[in-house]
Amino acid sequence: MNTTAIATIVRKEWAEMYRNSLVLSTVIFMPLLFTALPLVILGVGSGFDSGSEALLSELPPQMASLCAGLTSGQCGQIYIVSQFMLMFMLIPVMIPATITPYSIVGEKTQRSLEPLLATPISTAELLTGKNLAAILPGVIATWLAFALFAVGARLLLASSLAFSRLFDARWLIAIFLLGPLLAVFANALAIMVSSRSNDPRVAQQVSSLLVFPVIMLFLGQMIGWIVFDTSFALILCLVFLILDIALTYLAVRIFDRETILTRWA
Amino acid sequence: MIHTQNLTRVFKRKGEAPLIAVDTLSIDVRRGEVFGFLGPNGAGKTTTIRMLAALIGPTRGTATVNGHMLGEDAAAIRRSIGILTETPGMYDTLSAAHNLHIFAQLYGVPEPEKQVEKYLRMLGLWERREDEVGGFSKGMRQKLALARALLHEPDLLFLDEPTSGLDPEAARLVRDFIEELRGQGRTIFLCTHNLDEADRLCDRIALFRTRLLVLDTPANLRRQLFGRQVVFHLRAMLPGLAETVAALPGVQEATAIDHKLLVHVDDPETQNPAIIRALIAAGADLQFVGELRYSLEDVYLQFVQSS
Ligand SMILES: Nc1ncnc2c1ncn2[C@@H]1O[C@H](COP(=O)(O)OP(=O)(O)OP(=O)(O)O)[C@@H](O)[C@H]1O
Ligand SMILES: [Mg+2]
Repeated sequence: MNTTAIATIVRKEWAEMYRNSLVLSTVIFMPLLFTALPLVILGVGSGFDSGSEALLSELPPQMASLCAGLTSGQCGQIYIVSQFMLMFMLIPVMIPATITPYSIVGEKTQRSLEPLLATPISTAELLTGKNLAAILPGVIATWLAFALFAVGARLLLASSLAFSRLFDARWLIAIFLLGPLLAVFANALAIMVSSRSNDPRVAQQVSSLLVFPVIMLFLGQMIGWIVFDTSFALILCLVFLILDIALTYLAVRIFDRETILTRWA
Repeated sequence: MIHTQNLTRVFKRKGEAPLIAVDTLSIDVRRGEVFGFLGPNGAGKTTTIRMLAALIGPTRGTATVNGHMLGEDAAAIRRSIGILTETPGMYDTLSAAHNLHIFAQLYGVPEPEKQVEKYLRMLGLWERREDEVGGFSKGMRQKLALARALLHEPDLLFLDEPTSGLDPEAARLVRDFIEELRGQGRTIFLCTHNLDEADRLCDRIALFRTRLLVLDTPANLRRQLFGRQVVFHLRAMLPGLAETVAALPGVQEATAIDHKLLVHVDDPETQNPAIIRALIAAGADLQFVGELRYSLEDVYLQFVQSS
């Protein structure tokens, strides 16, 4: 693998992305929104400290242990905000699902793929470059949003004990493991959809359907059907790891140069 | 430079019989020549270029391109050739210089900045280098695509309809540029529907329609079809003149048409003086003498329609 060629593709993709206001705004504003939302709730929630005993009694048992040593208000805060963790998982899904359709359909409509395939770049390098260009922003945005959220939460949460309780192993697994795995998955899906479409908006919308399972998880957790604990997070990681490996294997099998030329061009 | 042996490409089609786009093509392209590859729409010209540029694989047959065997080291082939594709797309939101820069890097050009500047200047795009390509005219895009094909200084170039859709001035500029490239000793594989252009540029021409129909120099193709014909313009046609000339050695046939005498000769350079002497001796007033040149279009139509 020639890293210069890969880097050239990544830079080229980003240069084009930078000039596409639709894609750029998704990459920038969507993570900001998902960061701001839990912080606002945290900020508003710190106002009321009484009357949350009732809420506390309804919490799942593992939450109760989390709340040991905290006031009921703090506990309620943490409980509500921790529900939003899954929202963060929309970032690594949405960003590749937006970047990739524009990238691939863009090559198609501009008819720029054949000259690109005529260069000495290998198919693996080209696909790696295109994948990285979509996955990296998804992962980096997730991490940046999380860092921003952590800083904000520290400022808003008076108790450092509450803060340390907020960021437990689940969060770290979700952000640093599940996030990248989801990004890879969303991107692979977006590539397949985009190969068969000539309209980036349609391809983006179809690829974005992947947010529904995430939202279902979110709702399931809110309602209490699913307990998103460490082991559940790890199981999800395992599921997406297997899916990612399968999809990558499939993509390598499917996409030889000629397929790319006839399907993407 | 290029050597193909029974190169064949079949496209599978859903629910239809497979389509043979290129059938047992065997050609040799010599170093330093401009090789015209002509044929009607759908003849398989672009498919042939794509095979030779290692973009798609042949179904059967073999080829060596610039010393590399097709199917062995595709990257080496691509590195050693330049290609102007039929629809040379650019990244429309990026500038002209940026577009070229990307390709200079992908081709591993040692001094990308210098090469980009060299070709932007050579093709008259230097002033527009920072402009988005999306706003370029067709001619400017075509020139930029030519520049892109040359950044890595390939000695074999594939040009798929380089002047299609260009105005006469832009087409002329591109043609002159191709001449210049030939002058630098590069080998050029040229597809075009402009027969006049092929006639002017090409050392040899292949007429092709799924199969190779004929391959020769433009002059030989003409001779093969039409022989050589000389027209003698007279002030007035005299009776029996055609018969007199037809009887001369080396003359195949002589026909009187109005005031003109059309003569088929084997070798005009040696036989014309004798014909002229005979005409004058017969009392004819000779006004002009010229060789009748059939256009390449006539040659093309003859071959393609009879195929
Ligand atoms: N990827 C493909 N799949 C199926 N058929 C194809 C494919 N590419 C080309 N063909 C068919 O192969 C034949 C030759 O096409 P090709 O583009 O090589 O012709 P061409 O000589 O370049 O024509 P033109 O002068 O119009 O550019 C056509 O019938 C075309 O439909
Ligand atoms: Mg063609």
